[in-house]
Amino acid sequence: MRYAMAVDTHKCVGCSDCVVACQTENNVPIGYCRDWVVEVTDGTYPNLEAEIRSERCNHCENSPCVRCCPTGASHYAEGGVVLVTPEKCIGCGACIASCPYDARYPHPDGYVDKCTFCLENRVKKGLNPACVSVCPTKCMYFGDLDDPNSPVSKVLKNRKYKTLIPEAGTNPQLYFLI
Amino acid sequence: MREEIIVSGRMNHLIDPQLHIWNWQIPLYLFLGGLAAGILFFAALYTIMHKEKEYPTAVRLAPFITPVLLALGLLALFIDLHHKLYFWRLYTTLRLQSPMSWGAWTLMIVTPLSLIWCALNIKYLFPRWDWKYKWLFQLEAFFRKQQLPLAWLMLISSLILGVYTGILLSAFNARPLWNTSILGPLFLTSGLSTGAAAIVLMSKNAAERMTFARIDLMLIGIELFLIIHMFMGFLASTQVHIDAASLFLGGPYTVPFWLFVVTLGLAIPALLEILEIRKFYMPPFIAPILVIIGGLIFRFIMVYAGQASRWLY
Repeated sequence: MRYAMAVDTHKCVGCSDCVVACQTENNVPIGYCRDWVVEVTDGTYPNLEAEIRSERCNHCENSPCVRCCPTGASHYAEGGVVLVTPEKCIGCGACIASCPYDARYPHPDGYVDKCTFCLENRVKKGLNPACVSVCPTKCMYFGDLDDPNSPVSKVLKNRKYKTLIPEAGTNPQLYFLI
Repeated sequence: MREEIIVSGRMNHLIDPQLHIWNWQIPLYLFLGGLAAGILFFAALYTIMHKEKEYPTAVRLAPFITPVLLALGLLALFIDLHHKLYFWRLYTTLRLQSPMSWGAWTLMIVTPLSLIWCALNIKYLFPRWDWKYKWLFQLEAFFRKQQLPLAWLMLISSLILGVYTGILLSAFNARPLWNTSILGPLFLTSGLSTGAAAIVLMSKNAAERMTFARIDLMLIGIELFLIIHMFMGFLASTQVHIDAASLFLGGPYTVPFWLFVVTLGLAIPALLEILEIRKFYMPPFIAPILVIIGGLIFRFIMVYAGQASRWLY
């Protein structure tokens, strides 16, 4: 099993519903966020091109955060999802410094926190992650890449896509449809 | 023109607008660890070479400050932790892929070794020292018999400690400035250099001071070579590495790095040491103090500038 997510940059309107849904679902402390929306503008007026992306932890297959963690708190869970065990985390910040996407932050309670793909609270119950379910333009696809009939496998079969900073060698599992 | 902005807002504490998860604690620890490693390395080296008589400061006196340096370094590390009560988790596992993990274990070996070393040399500092209890005498006798194997263990573990302070940073490929394998040897050399400087400062023996001034001069030469090598590597590499180098070549860290680290911390002490070796009279404390302060500033600059360097996004 290999959980992955695809975000359609043509459909995303940058409403930030995914951000609020995540904060509510996962009790993210006030002032923090596990996902965020990036708007990229290319060119000079009037020849502009825009791309909007909903970003979060890339749940990399070759995760620098898991490699750098001195205690094993950062680990690969079911389906390759990268999680942090708060009871093992010492809050040293090595994983935060190791993430090329700056997807992690120190939780006010001390341990390091990040996107979980809603693995425990939603995905294991057969639901989509909160950000995917709430998206008003249905621009996000989630599922198992090993299952050819999952929404994410299907959309990646038919569309062109990219990942962020593939040259960092992390093999990210967050795909952007272009 | 390309502009990327986070439109949903994101101001995660210590991450935005620029990573600053590591503050003064980490560079201070890297400096203290490197300095302790340098002193212990020379103590072990000259014990193995049976030159305790020629270099009494290096072998017997200087190691007395290393447990203090290591304790302060560990305290700084502890202050840096955000989930402090779980620090013992470091010692429930050994993860070879994580430099921080094997570095923590190295400290677990080096710190007791430095204490044993002090205990074996305590009569050099306090000639009338008395262990009082019989088992302490027996323990001392046991370690004294094992002094040579202990010296070898200390030689190797101090080298690992010195190189680890650099590898800790170079393991992070997310920060292009740190992500160079030169950093391990560079931090090791800098640590040995500050260690030699500390021995020069503490020594009252002119011949010993001269030897360590020569050693320091050689180490400064190696350091300059490695720094030039590092920049050559960056400038011949990818855009993110070129950007990382430009932090020091016109960017915000240009003046602190070239003035405080390279000029005041390396070039001027090297010049003073050359003059001293050529028998010009130099106040003996200026060059080593400059080397030590330069080493400290170097750690600070590398840790802060590294967090400012990132991948194109």
